[in-house]
Amino acid sequence: MFLLILKRLGLGFITIFLVSVIIFTGVEVLPGDACTAYLEREAKGELLEICREQLGLNTPAIERYLSWSYNALYGDLGYSLSGEKPINEIISVRVRNSLILAVTAILIGIPLAIILGIVTALWRDKFPDIFISTFAIFSMTIPEFISATILILVVAIWLNWLPGIVIVSSNSTVLELLPNIILPVIAISMVMTAHMLRMVRSNIIQVMSSDYVQMAKLKGVPYWKMVFIHVLPNGLLPAINIIALTIAWLLGGVVVTEVVFNYPGLGRLVIESISDRDLPVVQALALILALIYVGVNLIADLLTLVVNPRLRTLQIRK
Amino acid sequence: MSDKIQTIENLSIGFKSQNGREVSILKDISTHINKGETVGIVGESGSGKSTLALAMMGYTKQGLYTISGQCLFKSNNLLNMTDRDLEKIRGKEIAMIPQNAGQSLTPNLKIGYQIEETLKLHSTINTNDRQLKITELLHKVRLPSPNIIAQRYPHELSGGQQQRVAIAMALAGSPELLLLDEPTTGLDVTTQAHVLELLNEIAKDTDTSMVYVSHDLGAIAQVSDRVIVMYAGEIVLDGDVRDVLSVPIHPYAHGLLNSIPKLSLPGLPEAMPGTPPQLEKNIKGCSFFERCDFATDKCKNSKPELFIPMNKKMKVRCFWHNKLSEKQRKPKYDSNSAHKTKNLDEVLKLDKISITYSKQSIIDQLLNRFSEKNITVKDIEIEINKGETIALVGESGSGKSTILKSIAGLLSTKNGSINFKKTISLSSDVRNRTNSQLRAIQLIFQNPDESLNPSHTVEEILSQPLKLYFQLSGDKLKENIIDLLKKVRLTENYLYRFPRQLSGGEKQRIAVARAFAAKPDIILCDEVTSALDVSVQAAVLKLLQDLKNDMGTTYIFVSHDLAVVRAISDKVAVLYQGRLCEFGPSSEVYKFPSHPYTEVLLGAVLEPNPDLKPVLTAEDRVEESPPEIGCSFQSRCPRVLGEKCFTETPPWQFSKKGNAIRCHIKIENLFKQQTSKN
Repeated sequence: MFLLILKRLGLGFITIFLVSVIIFTGVEVLPGDACTAYLEREAKGELLEICREQLGLNTPAIERYLSWSYNALYGDLGYSLSGEKPINEIISVRVRNSLILAVTAILIGIPLAIILGIVTALWRDKFPDIFISTFAIFSMTIPEFISATILILVVAIWLNWLPGIVIVSSNSTVLELLPNIILPVIAISMVMTAHMLRMVRSNIIQVMSSDYVQMAKLKGVPYWKMVFIHVLPNGLLPAINIIALTIAWLLGGVVVTEVVFNYPGLGRLVIESISDRDLPVVQALALILALIYVGVNLIADLLTLVVNPRLRTLQIRK
Repeated sequence: MSDKIQTIENLSIGFKSQNGREVSILKDISTHINKGETVGIVGESGSGKSTLALAMMGYTKQGLYTISGQCLFKSNNLLNMTDRDLEKIRGKEIAMIPQNAGQSLTPNLKIGYQIEETLKLHSTINTNDRQLKITELLHKVRLPSPNIIAQRYPHELSGGQQQRVAIAMALAGSPELLLLDEPTTGLDVTTQAHVLELLNEIAKDTDTSMVYVSHDLGAIAQVSDRVIVMYAGEIVLDGDVRDVLSVPIHPYAHGLLNSIPKLSLPGLPEAMPGTPPQLEKNIKGCSFFERCDFATDKCKNSKPELFIPMNKKMKVRCFWHNKLSEKQRKPKYDSNSAHKTKNLDEVLKLDKISITYSKQSIIDQLLNRFSEKNITVKDIEIEINKGETIALVGESGSGKSTILKSIAGLLSTKNGSINFKKTISLSSDVRNRTNSQLRAIQLIFQNPDESLNPSHTVEEILSQPLKLYFQLSGDKLKENIIDLLKKVRLTENYLYRFPRQLSGGEKQRIAVARAFAAKPDIILCDEVTSALDVSVQAAVLKLLQDLKNDMGTTYIFVSHDLAVVRAISDKVAVLYQGRLCEFGPSSEVYKFPSHPYTEVLLGAVLEPNPDLKPVLTAEDRVEESPPEIGCSFQSRCPRVLGEKCFTETPPWQFSKKGNAIRCHIKIENLFKQQTSKN
């Protein structure tokens, strides 16, 4: 078991390393560099030389990669070009904002998806299932930017209950942000919940028709006891990985929703820095997003190992 | 007569078909189970036997419903009880032992918990007593170290152990009626014989009534007092086990019994023509009409009732039962059709091949060294002549399929070589074989459902080998396909059907046709009949035999069923843990002297005769891996000589009639020991 965790951790590190190389080379092979991107039309002669000198762009690529990754390892992601501020400072605020949005959406969306998934599976083809499933399909198929826009129109403009877009600055306190996140959370949760609900539903239906559930019925296990002891632990196992992917997606910044609501999160920062051609920030963001995906999936894998006895022993025997 | 524990009255169960019609799976079933009696329900797939067993617990599968009739358990109709009331009966008064124990145990719960659950639900004993009871139950089903087993998860046990756990779980509620749905199907022969012996003991000790559902007349014969034969949702024969099996007075039961290959009779069994009628079909007369030799117009137009004929002790649903009771069972075994073409050209030689599944250490790989540890299959040496059928026999884990895969080039050998027609050494990797080498060796798999592409029509399936190996196209291609269909006794009508529109036997025929399309020298058959019903099995075996006689093909036949092997093969190789134990002509392998393992296997075979009990000599145990030194069978052998067996690899000994036995015991002594005992 311990070895197994070590192995997974090792694999995670290798992934991050490979991703960092790919990001770096990706930015490297793009025509031009950070300075030409930033200086635009003035990128010539002395000005360009000074800029390159400042950023150390004259040294060989491998050297720059090593110093970049070495610094990144110690948590220093360098300086942004446009704001000339440390990237850490810019990103940390955005990470906090995205976290607030993500955690709220997770806290509401995931339990809701699981509960609704169970309900639809147990009452399969009956009224609750038909009602919830139809609604789920609708919210899955309508793109976020449409549902978000409709939400703004109805709640913010017609009813005037909540602010339509976020107008507070990105460094405002959590309390200031809170009323602003309600609409984005609803928009995100709709899509997320619908997706997960359908996965949970089909998993549970599959388990319900398994031989061991039939056996449990034939042993005389009462219905709800059967559901909680024999069905749910097995039916929800595959959901762990789906949840992990969803969380990673949320933490990585929900680009479309953030842009529609003008929410100062990671997703909007990605868009902003790309349009500002702020390559150091883009590079740093890509690395952080990779870290989030790998980390969350690692946790999910370990969690599955803990919960699923079958996987545990099989892996050890190998 | 003793009291009835369950009475079934005019029971019909069915479903609504897509066009809204009511289709019945069980048609007007009336019967009863007496206290302390074991009733065997036998029938082929689709006969409704499992549906009947489940109805006896008041359970109908999703989509099915009761059309009419009732199932009375102690004068309560189970079929209109509330769930609350049923929960009290299920597991306590009526318990079920399922077909596939591995899938019927909840994967995330420990064995101990699953048994305790039944105890908690149906008894009032406290925690301590419950733990004792669990140990007692696991001990009763003869599982080694019950306390450790209770802490295990289902997937950590072998198939036989899982089945025993399922039995222990069913016994936990001390039920009065035990329903067994194919409890030994899928188990190895020796394990199956042991499980049946255990069930017999339980029946004797506890006076439990049992209903034993199976397609295997051999198993039914061993456990039942009474047999019910079902066909197309109806009871066609119902009587004492000895009466039914010695003089089956219904033509279906008669045919079923004759289609079983038997150890005592070499040669192919008689096949029953036709297939059971479609469920949706409305039958006015007798449901067996289409397949019956005795059928007349009367049978076509009016339905025979289930009745007890004069001078008979059993119920039968046939107008012409007298014809059958007069005509005693005379199995028409064509014993001469096997063992025909003798052509001594060697087509394939396995020269000391060894195969391993375990990964080799990096160091060994770098030095190109071959580690002796954990070899799955070791030193197999077999020569196969043209036109012969060689069978590889053994229990699961004996390496028989592994050898087949390496002949096909799907699994690379670590040592040794595979020589084709003396001169050509076949690469152990299929990618390095030439087109004509590939054509020469074809495979037929166990499960035609999985080996035929579901989105291809029969025509497309059969055209592929023809296009690939012979570059046929157009009319020529079509001609060949129709010709192939004729060879496997199917008509042109099948050309545009998809696999799902075929019955199990028809699918396997297509698989056979596909193999023959390549005009191969050798066909590898991997358990080709084990997924089929017995009557279909007999027909497929007959087909394989006929094709071989026509085309001079060589078969390498892998099976766990010794009777099937006896019926079809010329030579038999017995394998244990990837090591060859015995090899020789099949007529000799089935006679003494035998390797002790062959003896154990033969002893465990179930014959459809209640008076022929299996002989259980070796312990039923699953070994994780073969022993590193000594004889491969050392730890289960009932005839261990001494130290030698554990340290030295036994030598090959040859009997006068040409079979080779790998054992430390002198062949004369083996013969003496084996014949004196019986």
